[in-house]
Amino acid sequence: MTNTQSSGWGSRVGLILAMAGNAVGLGNFLRFPAQAIANGGGAFIIPYLVCFLLMGLPLLFVEWSMGRYGGKHGQHSTPFIFDAMGRAPYWKYFGVFGIFTNIAVAAFYCYLESWALSWAYYSVTGEFTGMSQAEVGAFFTNYIELGTNHPVVFWMICLIINTWILSRGLSGGVEKVAKIGMPLLLAFGAILAFTGITLQAEPGGAINDGVVGLNYLWTPDFNSIWSFKVWVAAAGQIFFTLSLGMGSIHCYASYLNSREDIALNAMSAGWMNEFVEVVLGSAVIIPISIGYLGIDAVTEMVAGGSGLGIGFAVLPNLFAGWGTFGIFAGVMWFGLLFFAGITSSLAMGTPVMGFLKDNFNVKEKTGAWIFGAIILILGIPCVLSQDAFNEYDYWAGTIALVIFAMIEIVLFAWVFGMDKGWKEINTGADIKVPGIFRFIIQYVSPIFLIVVFIGAAPGIWENATKETSFYGWLARFLLVGLFVGIALMVYIAKKRNNPIYKEDESFDKPTH
Amino acid sequence: MNTSALILIIVVWSIVTFATGYFFYKVLTIPQKTGDDSFSNNDKEK
Repeated sequence: MTNTQSSGWGSRVGLILAMAGNAVGLGNFLRFPAQAIANGGGAFIIPYLVCFLLMGLPLLFVEWSMGRYGGKHGQHSTPFIFDAMGRAPYWKYFGVFGIFTNIAVAAFYCYLESWALSWAYYSVTGEFTGMSQAEVGAFFTNYIELGTNHPVVFWMICLIINTWILSRGLSGGVEKVAKIGMPLLLAFGAILAFTGITLQAEPGGAINDGVVGLNYLWTPDFNSIWSFKVWVAAAGQIFFTLSLGMGSIHCYASYLNSREDIALNAMSAGWMNEFVEVVLGSAVIIPISIGYLGIDAVTEMVAGGSGLGIGFAVLPNLFAGWGTFGIFAGVMWFGLLFFAGITSSLAMGTPVMGFLKDNFNVKEKTGAWIFGAIILILGIPCVLSQDAFNEYDYWAGTIALVIFAMIEIVLFAWVFGMDKGWKEINTGADIKVPGIFRFIIQYVSPIFLIVVFIGAAPGIWENATKETSFYGWLARFLLVGLFVGIALMVYIAKKRNNPIYKEDESFDKPTH
Repeated sequence: MNTSALILIIVVWSIVTFATGYFFYKVLTIPQKTGDDSFSNNDKEK
């Protein structure tokens, strides 16, 4: 069999930054603080850290090793990575989630990204200067309700930027952007975090010092260990923040050399994401917003847990009160969100391009523009209606992640076999992976994921039976159509005779 | 800040910052492996 690794990473640092960029997204700066506040501040942080150790790191090892394993067999997307590991005919259809989720999430994520781009533009042009908080809020509402053509213009710009970068390939596009975007993001985040921590209460300005917000977030509440709701929220945040259960990590890792390390790479990228989220993410929005608005007002504003309202409707007003530095702060905050967003959305395009190239001989450049066209079509309902946006976010951005992660860890630990799986994780490893992770991957993480899924089940039923608007139904229809369409393509690809089976009958069989 | 919050923030931020720095330092200093990408070794893993 021929190995089809025609493209790959230019350097190890580039890979780490791209993988960390994939994980670092809007959620690190908006969703994490919002979830923390919505779940009682200090009550959230301990379950969150436990989930990182028991679910986040193990799943990172699993996804990296599955990806590299697939790459060894010339596959860069999950349907046929699963097929190679499971060998039973149905596994490849579970792998459809790894394409479906990326496309569906990118459809609404690119729109969010365009908000950050436009808000950075407005910060430069001084649009928010002199506005009251209510006026900024009204400006935000008018924007998302399409009271102006700017949302569509910035969305199109974002789509074109994403597609163009993707069309440049991994080392020529994605890696270069990560090498520029990640250091900028860290620099912007560090400056804003310092500003948040050192915020001082003063007449006519902040009503609390920055440390009041930090105090709220970091005062531990050990009773939270008994709250199922907080555990589900913490587990959900770990999924979001590490980009687990999407298929994008598998894809990036599939371009590694078969003997290259994955253990150290996974740890480095995972911890870098945690640094951005736990250290920088918790030191910006919470200290600043609680500093100016107080705990009660901020708690009310983040009730939905997304943090979008506070990030886009409140902070610009606070920055406007900082004079000239406020303009820089606005550019840094929204520039930071944009870089966080684009490094993630680029990762969503690569599995699609890999799937098309591996199975239908579609060139990378063509694959990128096909991806862009699909995102354009699927994104229209999100731009037109918040209901469609919410449907995409819930079904693709929440539920599909948990289902996919549950399936992949069962496949890895119990079908592919833990003996082979552990060997795969340690092949070429530059660090010694603690043996406890073997036990965690085999027993703890699957049980943890099943419990999280069961805990989410009532909500799934409630959302599935909930009435929605025309655009909500359109989004549901498109999501089902997307999944069925990808499954059909997988079926056709298999019929075209996947080279794994055609050219290499000696292919190793999984241990059971 | 109250004492428990201060202890938690110092411990967690220190661990996260140290782990991030430590693993990234290792990435920068350990030479990248090169070689052919044959999966013939994989076939022997039966």
